[in-house]
Amino acid sequence: MLDFLQFEFMRNAILAGVLVSIACGIIGSLIVVNRIVFISGGIAHAAYGGIGLAFFLGFSPYLGAAFFALAVSMVMGIVSSNRKHRADTIVSVLWAVGMALGIVFVDMTPGYNVDLMSFLFGSILTVPGTDILFMVPLDLFILITVSAFYKEFTAISYDEEFAFVVGIPVKLFYFVLMGMTAIAVVMTIRVVGLILVIALVSIPPYIAEKYTRSLGEMMLVSCFLGVLFTLVGLWLSYRYDLTSGATIILVSGAAFFISHGLGMIRKAGS
Amino acid sequence: MNPPAIEMKDVSFAYEGKTVLEDVTFRLGQGDFLGIIGPNGSGKTTLLKLMIGLLKPDKGTVKVLGETPRDAKRRIGYVPQNVGINISFPISVFDIALMGRLSRSRIGRWFSRKDRSQVEELLKDVGMWKYAQTPIGKLSGGQRQRVFIARALATSPEILFLDEPTANVDPEFETDLFEFLKDLNKTVTIVIITHDIGVLSSHVKSIACVNRNLIFHEGGKVTPEMIKMAYPCPVDLIAHGMPHRVLSIHEER
Repeated sequence: MLDFLQFEFMRNAILAGVLVSIACGIIGSLIVVNRIVFISGGIAHAAYGGIGLAFFLGFSPYLGAAFFALAVSMVMGIVSSNRKHRADTIVSVLWAVGMALGIVFVDMTPGYNVDLMSFLFGSILTVPGTDILFMVPLDLFILITVSAFYKEFTAISYDEEFAFVVGIPVKLFYFVLMGMTAIAVVMTIRVVGLILVIALVSIPPYIAEKYTRSLGEMMLVSCFLGVLFTLVGLWLSYRYDLTSGATIILVSGAAFFISHGLGMIRKAGS
Repeated sequence: MNPPAIEMKDVSFAYEGKTVLEDVTFRLGQGDFLGIIGPNGSGKTTLLKLMIGLLKPDKGTVKVLGETPRDAKRRIGYVPQNVGINISFPISVFDIALMGRLSRSRIGRWFSRKDRSQVEELLKDVGMWKYAQTPIGKLSGGQRQRVFIARALATSPEILFLDEPTANVDPEFETDLFEFLKDLNKTVTIVIITHDIGVLSSHVKSIACVNRNLIFHEGGKVTPEMIKMAYPCPVDLIAHGMPHRVLSIHEER
């Protein structure tokens, strides 16, 4: 079963899976408790605009995605804090327009046929070592920021108004969260693709929330679940020659339904 | 001379073009115990949010303890109306109460031992210490309310604001709460929005009736009969024992 570890691409894939799961576990927990899963989906899809632009201008597609995702996350931050009642509509518009822009940019790129699928469904098996070197500092940045301001992030997520009243700069922290979401989303696109980001960001925290008593515990359990789902999905993908992004998500989805079912049985029993 | 706890001058506020409050002017002295009454949708919560700086007036000025609401933040405590928010959030009673020890000047620093012991005392005061490690979602409405009061008091406020703390809680809690607040009022100015005129009568020192405009009744003993007449607010109101009709004022616009 462990024979697949002999390949370098597999070792890289596992490392990438672990690093992405850490970012997703921490940021995903904040996304779930702040009820902005939809925004993370919007950022992921709009990021395709950056991927297309990068191909058109000839630089790294993930750099393009990161640049676009950060810009879009700030716009969504403004929209969701100032125009709450129509935020979902505007997020949807950015979601669609970003993707459309990406497709048009790729169309206009001469003589280059982009493998669209690898961005839509991820390509964890082709992650080069240099990408992993990029992921380490991004994980560290997220880890350090969230630990340093853990109590502020908790307060803002639980009760934004109270946090404001005691003098916490709620908006500033919200935008920092948006920026970190963009970073986590772009990392996750590498692993499961932009269509499936929303699942890897939300499923582990959703399961973890039920069994934990603090946001910190929730983040920790989410990270472990993320690693577990990624590794099992990766193995299934290798063993049965299936698309890795999809198997990772199906493993997560199976866990989601099992956890949900167990919760219902527990409720009925008590 | 102490500055007034609250001073509002010609304050108006509109939500998306719809006027909620208009030309509100009043002064509340320090050490007062103000009950805010008024029908649903009359702008009570808006008035409170203007005082604590959650909303900014379209017109007029708000001063809290002689400062702008923004600068007075570290001197006030706030118990929000909806304590039923986020009940699936993974957080313990103790960690919620600890939020009261947050402040702008201590961002990025961990809670100290002093913060923790202070919060422990407050949770004991409100009778919730034995639930300190319980997830907030497992508590009843009244219990959650107690936790939120402890959290507000953890800021060591000079003024405590409470937005309908007795909505959806057991009657027993109501009586307890007002006894608790009466005691607290010896050192802290209290502003409370409530529907419970019965309990209000024996505890508050002043009453403000809100319905787009504001009518302020300062000092003096407020008898149960007076409040009974004051409610429903838009029809009849009283001032210092003399019933009078205020319908015309309320329906001016």
